[in-house]
Amino acid sequence: MSTLFGSSIKRREDPRLITGKGTFVDDVSLAGMVYAGILRSPYAHAKIKKIDATAARGLSGVLAVYTGADLTDALIPVPCAWNLPNADLKLPPHPHLAVEKVRYVGDGVAMVIAESRAIVRDALDLIDVDYEPLKAVVNPEAALKPGAPVLHADVAGNQAFKWVVAGGDADGAFAKAEVKVALTIKQNRLLPTAMEPRAAVASYNAGTGQLTLWATSQNPHIHRFLCSVMLKLPEHRVRIISPDVGGGFGSKIPAYADEALVAFASMKLGRPVKWTEDRSENYKATIHGRDHVQYVELCGTKAGQITGIRTTVYAGLGAYASTAGPGVPTILHGLMYSGAYTIPNIHGTIYGAYTTTTPVDAYRGAGRPEATYLIERLVDTFARELGADPVEVRRKNFIPQDKFPYTVATGITYDSGNYEGTLDKALGMLDYKGFRAEQAKALKQGRFLGVGVCTYTEICGLGPSQVAGAIGFGGGLYDSAIVRVYPTGMVRVYIGTKPHGQGEETTFAQIVADEFGYPVESVEIVSGDTDNTPQGWGTYGSRTTAVGGTAVKIAAQRVKEKAKKLAAHLLEANERDLEWKDGKFMVRGSPDKAKGFAELALMANVAWNMPAGLEPGLEATAFFDPSNFVYPFGAHLCTVEVDAETGQVKILRYIAVDDCGNVINPMIVDGQVHGGVIQGIGEALQEIAIYDDDGQLLTGTMMDYAVPKASQMPHLELARTVTPSPVNPMGVKGVGETGTIAAAATVVNAVCDALAPLGIRHIDKPLTPATVWAAIQRAKGGAA
Amino acid sequence: MPTGRITITLEVNGTPRVIAVDPRTTLLDALRECLGLTGTKKGCDHGECGACTVLLDGRRINACLTLAVMQEGHRVTTIEGLASGAALHPVQTAFLAQDAFQCGFCTPGQILSAVGCIAEGRATTRETIREGMSGNLCRCSAYPEIVEAVFLAATQPGSP
Repeated sequence: MSTLFGSSIKRREDPRLITGKGTFVDDVSLAGMVYAGILRSPYAHAKIKKIDATAARGLSGVLAVYTGADLTDALIPVPCAWNLPNADLKLPPHPHLAVEKVRYVGDGVAMVIAESRAIVRDALDLIDVDYEPLKAVVNPEAALKPGAPVLHADVAGNQAFKWVVAGGDADGAFAKAEVKVALTIKQNRLLPTAMEPRAAVASYNAGTGQLTLWATSQNPHIHRFLCSVMLKLPEHRVRIISPDVGGGFGSKIPAYADEALVAFASMKLGRPVKWTEDRSENYKATIHGRDHVQYVELCGTKAGQITGIRTTVYAGLGAYASTAGPGVPTILHGLMYSGAYTIPNIHGTIYGAYTTTTPVDAYRGAGRPEATYLIERLVDTFARELGADPVEVRRKNFIPQDKFPYTVATGITYDSGNYEGTLDKALGMLDYKGFRAEQAKALKQGRFLGVGVCTYTEICGLGPSQVAGAIGFGGGLYDSAIVRVYPTGMVRVYIGTKPHGQGEETTFAQIVADEFGYPVESVEIVSGDTDNTPQGWGTYGSRTTAVGGTAVKIAAQRVKEKAKKLAAHLLEANERDLEWKDGKFMVRGSPDKAKGFAELALMANVAWNMPAGLEPGLEATAFFDPSNFVYPFGAHLCTVEVDAETGQVKILRYIAVDDCGNVINPMIVDGQVHGGVIQGIGEALQEIAIYDDDGQLLTGTMMDYAVPKASQMPHLELARTVTPSPVNPMGVKGVGETGTIAAAATVVNAVCDALAPLGIRHIDKPLTPATVWAAIQRAKGGAA
Repeated sequence: MPTGRITITLEVNGTPRVIAVDPRTTLLDALRECLGLTGTKKGCDHGECGACTVLLDGRRINACLTLAVMQEGHRVTTIEGLASGAALHPVQTAFLAQDAFQCGFCTPGQILSAVGCIAEGRATTRETIREGMSGNLCRCSAYPEIVEAVFLAATQPGSP
């Protein structure tokens, strides 16, 4: 019987989304619902001298105006949930609405509740806030310098943490190294820009004491947990419903002040309350990503062996530590400094800095793109220094295929890999040698062609819960599923993860349908409602399939084991004599003696004839806690032509060969890679969130922040190799972030390769025409 | 501050609909809030993302950039009205066939924009489609699949 596993079946979630029948949070309307709006600070850093909301409160249709002073006793401050150990972490209070001071443009100052959205807007305009502006600081390195403006009275020098990763003897390696290279890298701050803005609808029932909160969430159980803390509500009376979610890319992981405020208002007023951020708020008050200043160096031998890496990194956390903020530039970043290579000596020091900017948290890749980029830029710079081919330098330093599982100097153990395999495949697709010849020929004509290579590996499938505890993550990292078989044989699967575009309504149904010998249509996946899904930890860190999918698989297997016991009983056969064939349990050698799954579902649910000791019903719950993370890897190649007159970068070809273990649905994996690579190309060529020195966000609209468009993106050539993970029974890894992790390094390596003949060694992303042109002028000794 | 409401008639998905709106109400808000047609999405409210694209008298328009009262008597087609009963519009079918979306939030706007793009005669090559669809952002970045879907819909026999 053919399996659904490995098959590119069309997505089950598509029909509703294609006809406008999806339900996103802002589509939810409740009887008697009123609207919330939040007044946000126009200053990056200021004292609040006075708030006068008299006129707003007097406006017809306004139900309430709340300020920070109204909340201090009612709400627990917004928590940070990643209590990074051994880092002297400072977590100053993060009030839901500013008290005394605002600390970034977008910091909430007051909330209005009114009968319509229009009245909310009018009322917000009527609130008079008297600010005394203070000096801003937007650069994380500058924020730690003596004399920098201090954001939090109890955090001297704005230092949130100092975290060190070390393995081997990096200083020793550098002291005796034959070759050393160094780079200063700026990781551009990025705006996640989910197309659906954040939204919340809160409905509090004073009779039952139950709060229902529809929220744009990647992890509704985490939001239930943190909302219950913030609102001082018993957790079992908080129900989070995260329906269709219009993209997250990390920005819908955190617990924000806003959603809790909306719930607070519903509890106070006894009315359902809806709040939806506008795009300007999304850019100012939803988390940002990246924002590092990195000083990095690599040492090695003249023969091309890498012997050490050292880094000093200044990571901007923004004005407050967001939910996972401290963990992203440390655990998810520094532990990956070995990349795909055997680097015996590693030392990294990472400083977290509070700056007068929007909080920074996990954005697609979250720490790993910043690690991959610095390693892959260093390896290219090393190869350039040696006059060696960057491909061959990588090959020389790869962790060999026969050495997995492999423990790198930072202490983590990679599960499986075949780095040569992906690299060889990618080189073959490009005709690498042919391109090098073409490049040399073009250069003679004054044209600048380049090829970039990135051989990455990344840590995902988060992760063992025991490790979560050890690294200060405030939750578990197992995941869960309930497989419930109805009397008619139809199946519903309730999951603890929360897909929001990744297609698990399809891939998880493929897993279960295979197990039961069913068509995929008989299986439905339910996620997002904490009242009917088992405790889980959500969708991020490319963990949904490797962890949550495994829970689905195990629960389905448990159901099947029970069905087998019942089948043996009904067939009056020994369980050992049964075989599973063509979707039935049959007595070996007697194909007429068989029971299909649907019949067993009915018999289990009516329980007319159960064997002794077997309970009625047919369902099972599984909690899967993996023994390790998983480590996808791959080789990306990109060729570019740079117009030296204009600085315009044209991508000629982009080749991505990825290995994410076994693949459940190739079509969906291709979509994830496409999306990830394009976001990475956006990071490389055009995306940057810019603050001026006063802390004003200059890229506050979609006209200023350059999200990639259809017209800007090249054709992508994809291929895969398959190296199963030993960490889970399906041998799967993760693929949601690989493209973003690899692409920025690939593209920048290509542009730097193209411009190497001009003596250009490094240009910081994004490589806009103006940036590239200026670099070319500087290299030519011009006045730019 | 204006407080009065104005009663207008819009022909929405083939049916005349009479609504009373604050004159500040955009066509987008009128569809979503007054008529309960939530398939049309608000991604920016400033004409920058294309998620609210609908057809107005057969031409694509950002519903957030026009006031409902300006469209008195005009024909509006939203995602809810594109299929003929159970039969999907060819562009919808092509989006399904090509896996042209992931989270689905921008998708109604992409589809209406594609219908408009094809009707304008601009969907002749992948290159012109990329340009013609560049007003519709997709952060999941399903652009390769979107371009293929529009190309498929534009070039298949009996295409719109």
